[in-house]
Amino acid sequence: MASLNSIHHLKAFLGRLLGQRDLNTSTLVIPAGTCGRASGADLLIETARQEILDRGLSEKVLVRTTGCHGFCEMEPSVLVEPDRTFYPKADADSMVRIVDAVARGDVLEDLLFKSPETAQPIRSADDVPFFKGQNRTILSHNERVDPTSVETYIENGGYSAMVSVLEQGDPRWVVEEVKRSGLRGRGGAGFPTGLKWELLAKQPNGNGKFLVCNADEGDPGAYMDRSVLEGNPHSIIEGMLIGAFATGATEGIVYVRTEYPLAILNLKMALRQAYELGLLGDNILRTGLSFGISLVKGAGAFVCGEETAMIRSIEGKMGEPRQRPPFPVKRGIEGKPTLINNVETWANIPIIFRMGSEEYAKTGTNGNSGTKIFSLVGKVKNTGLVEVPMGITIKEIVYDIGGGPVGKVRIKAIQTGGPSGGCIPAERFDLPIDYDSLTQAGSMMGSGGMIVMDENTCMVDVARYFMNFLKDESCGKCFTCRKGTQRMFELLDDFSKGKGTLAQLDLLEELAQVVKDTTMCGLGQTAPNPVLSTLRYFRNEYLEHIEKARCPAGVCKELITYSINDKCVGCQACLKACAAGAITGEKKRQHVINPELCIKCGVCKSVCKVEAIDVA
Amino acid sequence: MINLFINGLPVSVEEGSTLLEAARFLGFPIPTLCHKDGLSPYGACRLCVVEIGEEPKAKLVSSCTYPAEEGLKVRTASSRVVRARRMVLELLLASCPQSKIIQDLASAHGIRQQRFKQEHEDCILCGLCVRMCQEQMMAKAIGFRSRGEKRSIGTPFDIKSEECRLCGGCMYVCPACQLRCTYTEPERPICGGCANLTPPCLEKRQFDDMMCFMDPCVACEIQKEG
Amino acid sequence: MIQDIAASGKQQVSPHETVDSKGIVRILNGHRQQRGGLISVLGEIQSQYGYLPEDALRVVADETGNSLVDVYGVATFYRSFRLQPRGKHLICVCLGTACHVRGAPMVVEEFERRLAIQPGQTTPDREFTLETVNCLGACALGPIVVVDGCYFPGVRAQDVGQILEKARLERVEVPSMVAASG
Repeated sequence: MASLNSIHHLKAFLGRLLGQRDLNTSTLVIPAGTCGRASGADLLIETARQEILDRGLSEKVLVRTTGCHGFCEMEPSVLVEPDRTFYPKADADSMVRIVDAVARGDVLEDLLFKSPETAQPIRSADDVPFFKGQNRTILSHNERVDPTSVETYIENGGYSAMVSVLEQGDPRWVVEEVKRSGLRGRGGAGFPTGLKWELLAKQPNGNGKFLVCNADEGDPGAYMDRSVLEGNPHSIIEGMLIGAFATGATEGIVYVRTEYPLAILNLKMALRQAYELGLLGDNILRTGLSFGISLVKGAGAFVCGEETAMIRSIEGKMGEPRQRPPFPVKRGIEGKPTLINNVETWANIPIIFRMGSEEYAKTGTNGNSGTKIFSLVGKVKNTGLVEVPMGITIKEIVYDIGGGPVGKVRIKAIQTGGPSGGCIPAERFDLPIDYDSLTQAGSMMGSGGMIVMDENTCMVDVARYFMNFLKDESCGKCFTCRKGTQRMFELLDDFSKGKGTLAQLDLLEELAQVVKDTTMCGLGQTAPNPVLSTLRYFRNEYLEHIEKARCPAGVCKELITYSINDKCVGCQACLKACAAGAITGEKKRQHVINPELCIKCGVCKSVCKVEAIDVA
Repeated sequence: MINLFINGLPVSVEEGSTLLEAARFLGFPIPTLCHKDGLSPYGACRLCVVEIGEEPKAKLVSSCTYPAEEGLKVRTASSRVVRARRMVLELLLASCPQSKIIQDLASAHGIRQQRFKQEHEDCILCGLCVRMCQEQMMAKAIGFRSRGEKRSIGTPFDIKSEECRLCGGCMYVCPACQLRCTYTEPERPICGGCANLTPPCLEKRQFDDMMCFMDPCVACEIQKEG
Repeated sequence: MIQDIAASGKQQVSPHETVDSKGIVRILNGHRQQRGGLISVLGEIQSQYGYLPEDALRVVADETGNSLVDVYGVATFYRSFRLQPRGKHLICVCLGTACHVRGAPMVVEEFERRLAIQPGQTTPDREFTLETVNCLGACALGPIVVVDGCYFPGVRAQDVGQILEKARLERVEVPSMVAASG
């Protein structure tokens, strides 16, 4: 690749690639993000390539490996372009058949996605209910772009936003455009992005300024940032370049958590390509803009998602937050002005400049413009990444897109915002999804994790889970955060064992308020949210645990017993599976569990085919 | 100069001053544990919280780290502040009951009961010793290790640090005293039991001006007997 | 954690070997110009040795001019660093929220029971190290277990025995991304 040395050159290069674009040849698009590869996409890719080679179809059928498309439940899957035929849960054998069918221009009906209601096959991905309800402004690029090839990014309009910004030539206009778009930070707090940029642009430029992309997606249960970084790394680079032009920043850093090896790999490759093309470095395209981006890996610390902790971590220190003010935009990395935006925020930037701020602001609601990606996971039929306009209701996401509950068990709540967020009960599923509504409901947007919980999820256990997480992830500096999360965990642990008292319930609530009030950083201030929100909406469950020593969801081990009912057919599956040797019984006779030996591991319940295991 | 209001009283302080300094200038008492003049502000104990701003955006911040801002309205003893401080003290008592300083503070704030499971940790991780070692003694012999509930203060690998000059500064500033005496095991970090108690050993002639880390100190002897 | 999953396929220095300070200096030189220096240096040392040997940390402190307290602080603050040698096979159970509600705690308990160790520990025969991670970002496939770089989706307690057996016989397939990173 030759280095480009003027805007004109870049435009010509973009034009040439756009002209070469082949939209008609059949292409097998295979999502190979972390989920895809974990479920066997590597084998599909290999099989497809081999088959095409063996049968001399290289001219007729192309293969494109991409990042995650979002419907992770159905992976490994294949999308056939241009007609967008969708084959879910493919394997090597079906891949051979698919290559054959595509070469013949045929469709394999038996492999298509089946409508959950009518069991009728659905051919196009766009008609699958999971995709249909979405507005995939960002995620759709994950289908079109091969993350290892800058060419495919450019073929799909990549770097054109940067060209238009450079041609326009006025940094203030760029900041204004971002302000007009109404984009708010996608990392969770929802600070207006344009305003942040304006603050950085106003800082003196003497010693350099930093732009940081926060890819330390620590919320357990959220992975949209991983998917964007894995699937479309150049969009982040382009977004940051636009940001650098607008704010006068001189150095960029992408801080990626170490748990995301593929995102790190793909980003490294993309950065190298951008440097080779001359899109990063000194005097980019001879416009006088100099900007480089480097990658910094985290090392496993949730608190490093907090701005000031992340700055410390980038400096190579312990990730301990510090007092704000001074805010990072005044004093950040090495004391220099620093702006931190989340991955999804950066991915929105090129989109704003491609469609124009006015057009962008039309999506979503007033004060909450654009789309937001959620990772819809937990006890729901369709799990995966969903991108929807802001302001649609929880109900639409969980039922229309997510397909509702997996079995007969009723959905009772969703948890949003990770450990900083809270649980919202099913009665409030009419709530529109935006920053302010979620905060009012006692939760928060967070980075976009949405975990569905049903009647088999115990809310005391959920609160206990998050406190266990936080007491370990707290940096430990603020006494009330360190000790407060430990004490909250201790109380919740007692409740889950049926050992709590009503006075302790009051103490928990009192403590939660004080922890919220007295800690320094966002982690501590939001740490009590899982407790406070479950207390607010599910106090009954707490009372059941305390007053009756009962866990209604059948989760808290100390409060439940396993037994076998008369549906038992004596198949001996559970008997063989029981590692504790607690199950006895003859063939074709009802079995019995010895409660003395039972370790409540739940294996018997998961192997039983006739629902004969009761938990109470 | 920065002009702000503390409990309704106007005050002007130099830029870069903290709310704690401003409040103390006016004579408003604010309890602290992790603050010491001459050491950099840290904000770990959260005892010095004050309320700033106005409802509904009023919030608590640690006065030892928060910079004075123009026009800021600060309340050092609002009901929200008092409630928070009492809970902080109750938590401190629950973990570190033997510290005289914490006992006195709790008593002064009217804490009469402690509702958590009693623990007998010593260190409250206020970090005074770490800052003393680093900022005043330029030694960096001890530091924070790990995080969250596993966080602790000590030397790297828990063996005697080559940087340590046995100055005893860490014990001198400790409000709770975790750092135990070397006694007969010179590899282990030094102690500060004596900083909290009247050490009778110092009155004995043979100890003269020796520090307790070189010879049995009263804290160790109490432990041994107990 | 993941970065040394990647390294698990490669030749590793035996933990009994002494630390070669020249090797550490070489790693340091490779990172001098980089941001986040100390953390990436420690990451690379760990992927080479499988853990952070005490001598290596001392060399890092001496060479970088950092005090040992700071280096040790960083090494203990971040969860992915390990100060003890790890076993031949690394088992990593995801305890993210999505995995938790789908039963990951039972999976961990089953590993604990079968290996008779707690998370963070290594079996006495140095065959297995058990670790937990707070989210691998593959939430739709939970509960997820990663063994020597191989992702096992939808794991239930009864699958644990089979997974251990596969690992012991070294019959796990490492996806290309893990093999290529590190």
